[in-house]
Amino acid sequence: MSVKPISGPHVGAGQRVDWIMRRVIIALMPASILNIILFGWPTLYLGLVTIASAMLFEAWCLKLKGVKALPFLRDGSAVLTGLLVAMSLPPWAPWWIGVVGSAIAIILGKQVYGGLGQNLFNPAMLARVALLISFPIEMTTWVNVTPLFTGPGILESFGILASGVPATDSLTGATTLGAIKTGFSLNQTVPQILTDYSGFLALIGWERGSLGETSSLLLLLGGFWLLRQGIIQWHIPASLLLTLTILATIFHGYDPDHYLSAWVHLNSGAIMLVAFFIATDYVTSPNTPLGQIVFGAGCGILIFVIRSWGGYPEGTGFAILLMNAFTPLIDHYIRPRIYGRYRNGKPIDISQP
Amino acid sequence: MLAIFENPRLRGGIHAEEHKAETSDQPIALNLPLPNKLYIPVQQHVGKPAEPVVKVGDKVLKGQLLAYSQGTISAPIHAPSSGTVIDVMECPAPHPSALPIRTIIIETDGLDQWRSTIIPDDPFALNAEEICLRVGAAGVVGMGGAVFPSAVKLNLGRTNKIHTLVINAGECEPYLTCDDLLMQERATHIVSGIRLMLRGMHAPKAMVGIEDNKPQAFQSMQDACRDFPEIEVKQVPTRYPMGWDRQMLRYLTGWEIPADGRATDIGVVIHNVATAYAVYRAVCLGQPLISRVVTIAGGAVAKPQNVEVLIGTMLSEVLTFCEVDKTKIARLIMGGPMMGDALPLTDVPVVKACSGILALSAADIEEPEVQPCIRCSSCITACPVGLLPLEMASRIRVNKLDEAVQLGLKDCINCGSCSYVCPSNIPLVHYFKYASGELFKRQQMEHKSEQTKRLINDRNDRMERIRLENEAEARRVMEARAERARKDAEQIAQGVQP
Amino acid sequence: MYVFSAILILTTLGLLLGLSLGIAAKYLKVESDPLLERVEALMPGSQCGQCGFPGCRPAAEALVSGAAPVTLCPPGGTSLIEQLAKLLGIDVDLSQTEDAEPMIARVSEETCTGCTRCFKVCPTDAIVGAPKQIHAVVADACIGCKKCISVCPTECLQMYPIEVTLRDWRWPKPLATV
Repeated sequence: MSVKPISGPHVGAGQRVDWIMRRVIIALMPASILNIILFGWPTLYLGLVTIASAMLFEAWCLKLKGVKALPFLRDGSAVLTGLLVAMSLPPWAPWWIGVVGSAIAIILGKQVYGGLGQNLFNPAMLARVALLISFPIEMTTWVNVTPLFTGPGILESFGILASGVPATDSLTGATTLGAIKTGFSLNQTVPQILTDYSGFLALIGWERGSLGETSSLLLLLGGFWLLRQGIIQWHIPASLLLTLTILATIFHGYDPDHYLSAWVHLNSGAIMLVAFFIATDYVTSPNTPLGQIVFGAGCGILIFVIRSWGGYPEGTGFAILLMNAFTPLIDHYIRPRIYGRYRNGKPIDISQP
Repeated sequence: MLAIFENPRLRGGIHAEEHKAETSDQPIALNLPLPNKLYIPVQQHVGKPAEPVVKVGDKVLKGQLLAYSQGTISAPIHAPSSGTVIDVMECPAPHPSALPIRTIIIETDGLDQWRSTIIPDDPFALNAEEICLRVGAAGVVGMGGAVFPSAVKLNLGRTNKIHTLVINAGECEPYLTCDDLLMQERATHIVSGIRLMLRGMHAPKAMVGIEDNKPQAFQSMQDACRDFPEIEVKQVPTRYPMGWDRQMLRYLTGWEIPADGRATDIGVVIHNVATAYAVYRAVCLGQPLISRVVTIAGGAVAKPQNVEVLIGTMLSEVLTFCEVDKTKIARLIMGGPMMGDALPLTDVPVVKACSGILALSAADIEEPEVQPCIRCSSCITACPVGLLPLEMASRIRVNKLDEAVQLGLKDCINCGSCSYVCPSNIPLVHYFKYASGELFKRQQMEHKSEQTKRLINDRNDRMERIRLENEAEARRVMEARAERARKDAEQIAQGVQP
Repeated sequence: MYVFSAILILTTLGLLLGLSLGIAAKYLKVESDPLLERVEALMPGSQCGQCGFPGCRPAAEALVSGAAPVTLCPPGGTSLIEQLAKLLGIDVDLSQTEDAEPMIARVSEETCTGCTRCFKVCPTDAIVGAPKQIHAVVADACIGCKKCISVCPTECLQMYPIEVTLRDWRWPKPLATV
């Protein structure tokens, strides 16, 4: 029997933070596994190193903070951050890229703000953007699709993990978006650049890119599963994808030589990963449905703008970080209406019909 | 499109595991043995406590007045059975703090003998004032848990122009089925009560809202209302907190009560369904509110059921009747599991507010670790009022109560939906209850400091006055002395120079 | 050459802006109530001395000059701290301040000699009685300043925590999280 007064409710829904994190990790698994199949052992090793280092950094920070690390490590948020960082890296990147990425994500992206739930920016995207700016060569060396058992063996792969992709051009190439950027600088048009582009291969993920960029289809399915599980809401993905589609269709219809079609936009880069797993990050997205729609639309516009007119081929990371910065503002201005009050907080005036 | 966002009829809320089937198909048990002693607190309602009119040693009959209501918002207390008043003393209250409350203790004589009552020939011929008067004299209060004196509400309804009486039969709390059973078994009486209420307020029509997880109750209420077209029985979705009166009203009619107003402001009065039954008993049978139907359920209860319990019966006796394994009780709750209060002991009486006694086992409740907020906004989605629980709680945690108030703390109804869904197990509602209490305390402190200032000023003024008076007195004495000295000197001078 | 023009421009700009700020401060000054008066008005005014200053006015002076923290006044409690912090523009971490448990004086009837010393010093007239008769404390008016304790010759006045009743019981703050 209780001694100190306990307030209700005395029952709960039973959804825990670790339960949510586990679901998100599960939803990412199909795409991750496909990537390991597509790019072989180095990818698996890189992923494991990144996740392990993310957990180590988390434990270290918690130790510095003087709190027990185990309950926090068990909630799975560090694993998820590590996995998302790994998914934003080129599949054959050297191990230290993963470690530095985890360090940026966990230490600078999360713990300096006060830990879980306090960060302003999405840690994984922060890590990706910081790495992209700091190590442009390593972050843009994309290995060709080299399926498991056809590429380097289990032991040989450790060499790739240690030093990255061997410097032979035959092994690497550009991502679709990268090729477009390069092509534009050579005054080529979209159809000229995308001669051997296959929309179907892009959809299933048979293309160069980071782990989170290749298989749009599996990421989309994972996202739908999260929606069904009620872990994410439809507002952000729907408004993000819709905005991007509308913008791409308008501009592609206006000038097909210089603007990509919606299909290419949606299937290249990290769009699906961002729409369902990054932009929907609870901590760094707005709280209200309307705010989430605004946030998603903002992300969609920024992605299109950066891809079409920016200096970088892929704009998702920057778009997310910029919109993250707007989240507090959105939350400040867009609030739910309180029962019996107008949106401005004044009580409903009953003298007016 | 925007209108959908602006005025949803049903907003937020949760669907908790119902646990209602355990008790909803069993009849109300009427055979609870008469307890040897009844403990009747003098305050079982909102407002001023009732003032005892009986002395220790008095013999009382069942239904006899024990304590009369004081002031406009109060309710009288009656003897639940016949016997002798053996004490009027402070006893632990059925409240989370178990602090003492003034309690009248009756030793029952086992005869259960009614006082003589005058029953009106045709209750429906009574005029409105008479109905309100009888309801008030019977000590009827809101039975849904708010325990607001019903007569006050009826009077308020009569003086304002009321077009709709809403009968709240949502009973949205998990486990509880007392209203369900009452409607299944005593629907005709409830309908009589509703008609009396309508008459008491000169209101033209009534709407009864019943959650759709109570099909039998809905059926029997519809059957009972067949001859009374002014009463409309409607099904509402099962979604906690449907039984929040304003939510029920919004769903049934689409109307919202202004945040700074009452239901009567928009021509509506909302009563609980069990209150309607109590009104029937008060007016048609002349019986005051001395018993109520209580749901006894939970993992530690071997025979979960609804029991008609006399007010003042110790919880422990009811628990024994339902074969509760006391060693298995992890938490004892009065009311429902969402808004009910955990009681620290079983030796407290059943009161008018007690809709259920839940003896929950360790498997029923959860006391998980609190984790940091991950801003998942589930609480915002679940809030039926449209508040931002996570923001409010984070302000309250650092004692910035003013900011929490600006975010709408005072509109919170403590329904617990936010705490229920929170994946980090943050005791959100507990924060809000604490903050409301703290605000009240601060208000009182400010009041006291004003009073203190007044007292100090008064005292200083008085001191100043006394000082001035003393000075004046001293001056007067000095002057008188000087005068005397002068006169003496004159006399001496005269004496010297005759 | 560019360097010099840059230096010149920035220096001029700085001087001009500084000058305009100075002018603004002098001519556009907002007259406000003397801060001291406003602070003093907030204080309980019981001159109880629990803050270590001889009265509320000196305490207010110390507050305005910054010599004393806004948390100095135990009878004022959290609400006073909040108001003072707002008025003085100080950011206070209220999570650390705990309201001291409110205490009031009570007379022990066995030892009271009816000497009247206590009710002469009581700033709020909270003690009632007559010479040679047992005194009593009016709980509602007592502010817990302890002045009477120090003058009581028989130690019959003692401080007791205010008893919580069902009416003024409030939910305690949830235990600190994580």
